[in-house]
Amino acid sequence: MSEAPIGAAAPKPAARPMSPYVTVWRWHLTMAVSIGHRATGVALYVGALILVGWAVSLAAGPGAYDLFRLVLGSILGKLVLIGITFSLFFHLANGVRHLVWDFGAGFQPKTADMTAVVVVAFAVIATLAVWVAAGMMGALA
Amino acid sequence: MSGYRTPLGRVRGLGAAKHGVGGFIAQRVSAAALVFLTLWGVFAGLHLARADYATAVVWLHAPANAILLALLIGVGVFHMRIGMAEIIVDYIERPTTKAALLTLNVFVAWLAGAIGVFSVLKVALSNGIY
Repeated sequence: MSEAPIGAAAPKPAARPMSPYVTVWRWHLTMAVSIGHRATGVALYVGALILVGWAVSLAAGPGAYDLFRLVLGSILGKLVLIGITFSLFFHLANGVRHLVWDFGAGFQPKTADMTAVVVVAFAVIATLAVWVAAGMMGALA
Repeated sequence: MSGYRTPLGRVRGLGAAKHGVGGFIAQRVSAAALVFLTLWGVFAGLHLARADYATAVVWLHAPANAILLALLIGVGVFHMRIGMAEIIVDYIERPTTKAALLTLNVFVAWLAGAIGVFSVLKVALSNGIY
């Protein structure tokens, strides 16, 4: 190891790679799915409170229950429920992906990319399936 | 000063959450349960989507439905409390803000769980429709 003599002017550093932070980071799938896991988790926090609200309205009686159904059945209510359905299936599939990782498997970049695609595809298809099924059952009227 | 402490003793409690792997394991155990509970919840939700008050009450009178819904709410708030705490310790730096949000998170989760499970039991154990 050679050291520069004390007092010598430090050589001008070549252009160094920037430390990665979110605004200069090229987005890629595994990163987006990782952030999506947190985002959907927060959405499901709200979803859990809505589920508790349903139980409370049922316990409160017919008036409260009908009002709750009216709110959830509105356009805005349906949009929120579609978002929560997607969040549930996304968080569920990616949660299973995390559980597999906990056993030390699936970390190879190609595998991780592939399972990320599966998570997104499953979330989209399962959400569509549930809402199409709800429509066919006449639950959306 | 800490020369006699073991390496393990020196690192204990230094993580962002100031504790060990308890939350990590609890998060995964509850996740495994929620895989089944939430899938059941989706089917139940589809079944109840067009149910009026009387139908929903009859549905919740079935012991299996009441038990599974109480479990879904209870395990759900348990799991979401840990997840939200993880987000708070990751992003909030100021100790007082962090402590306040962590406390609020615990209050919201336990309150929601207590209200939800009580409501389920009130309907499930009541006599008929009132």
